[in-house]
Amino acid sequence: MDSNEAKQHNLMGSESALERTLYPYVTGSSVVAIKYKDGILMAADMGGSYGSTLRYKSVERLKPTGKHSILGASGEISDFQEILRSLDELILYDNMWDDGNSLGPKEVHSYLTRMMYNRRNKFNPLWNSLILGGVKNGQKYLGMVSMIGVNFEDNHVATGFGNHLARPILRDEWHENLSFEDGVKLLEKCMRVLLYRDRSAVNKLQIAKITEEGITISQPYALKTFWGFVTFENPTVGAVGSW
Amino acid sequence: MAQAAVEVPPKGGFSFDLCRRNEMLSNKGVPPPSLRKTGTTIVGLIFQDGVILGAGTRATEGPIVCDKNCEKIHYMAPNIYCCGAGTAADTEAVTDMVSSQLQLHRYHTGRESRVVTALSLLKSHHFNYQGYVQAALVLGGVDANGPHLHTIYPHGSTDTLPFATMGSGSLAAMAVFESKYHEGLRKEEGINLVCEAICSGIFNDEGSGSNVDVCVITKGHKEYLRNHQSPNPRTYVTSKGFSFPKKTEVLLTRVTSLQEKVEVVEGGDAMEE
Repeated sequence: MDSNEAKQHNLMGSESALERTLYPYVTGSSVVAIKYKDGILMAADMGGSYGSTLRYKSVERLKPTGKHSILGASGEISDFQEILRSLDELILYDNMWDDGNSLGPKEVHSYLTRMMYNRRNKFNPLWNSLILGGVKNGQKYLGMVSMIGVNFEDNHVATGFGNHLARPILRDEWHENLSFEDGVKLLEKCMRVLLYRDRSAVNKLQIAKITEEGITISQPYALKTFWGFVTFENPTVGAVGSW
Repeated sequence: MAQAAVEVPPKGGFSFDLCRRNEMLSNKGVPPPSLRKTGTTIVGLIFQDGVILGAGTRATEGPIVCDKNCEKIHYMAPNIYCCGAGTAADTEAVTDMVSSQLQLHRYHTGRESRVVTALSLLKSHHFNYQGYVQAALVLGGVDANGPHLHTIYPHGSTDTLPFATMGSGSLAAMAVFESKYHEGLRKEEGINLVCEAICSGIFNDEGSGSNVDVCVITKGHKEYLRNHQSPNPRTYVTSKGFSFPKKTEVLLTRVTSLQEKVEVVEGGDAMEE
């Protein structure tokens, strides 16, 4: 009776505990993406945090997959690299059919959802929140998959902290037929708020654009920030000893 | 596992059966359920003439909205108001208490209260209770030293800021402030920005909702705009109204006055020793 009990309580077994992802180590912070007039715009900073240290500052978290889509990821960087390898294989096999068809963003998104959900069912998740955006045959597609397999498609998506800080701004200010400049301004607005209020953000970001013509990922650049409020300069005026 | 002795129905009083289960669960590593925070969005900002405070009006008991239109902007002094987020009882009690203390202090000194006085009273009370008074406050007012805006956290730390947000909707509201706030706002701009921030909390956070309350404090003057915006009206109200049928017919009405049971006699015998 007792050994039965023990087996019931230890569903995983001691061996498989060594092979499951229990916590993330090197993580990327939020990714934000919107649909605009000609396609998709996606922004992510280039930071990879090792716990609370900002260890890697040139991590590219936006990668093209195939001809028609871009994948942006937050969460464990090693799992992201693993996902890229799986997608590479997928696209390669698709190319080898040589039938003139290529996998579009919707298909890649579906594949990612299946992969993430399957891993979650084995209690060995890929610790990422993924954003998949692309354009094929004039149709824009923007979707998100979380590490437990929750997936949906929307006009604007964000991962991690972006859900709390960027989505409210996007819900107010996004509209159909944003021009490229307006879209970039909107994304920069969101990334600036994230820079101010997310401790794992770094001021070095890339913006990726995907349209029917192709994929461009910008060079890394920094956002301008403003710290010149009068109260910031001397906050304890009138309240000596506080801060 | 050997079964426990035959289940005897409880005779009355407390039943501690679940304590064994809870202990067993926590030994297995299941964490006990945590305290629920009451959701809200409260904000404050400094504009060119003073301070504007804003708050949502939803009070929640777990997943249920228990008060659709509560008042979260509390009076502290004629020139100082305080928004409260967290446990409603704590915010009410602590702001009431400090408000009385401020009034006594005003009588004692004969002067208008200062915001830092309220700040010090609130933060030392919070620190004494080591975080058990779950009240997160946005305190704002205009005194002889100008406009002031402070946030006070449950453990007693404070911040002095040009714009502040607290509560579960604070991230949504802060996103609006960080992208749109600048110094030298005029009154209408300030009120609009506060309303936008609260609406961002109302529509993007589950713990905040209903209407927007605003309070504008300037030198020597305050405006308490209760329900300044109501972006969540009842959409479908029947125009016919409601009429409830009378359940019991009145057949007869008769009034009988009570008879006096005691006769009052003047100048009776004195009571016996």
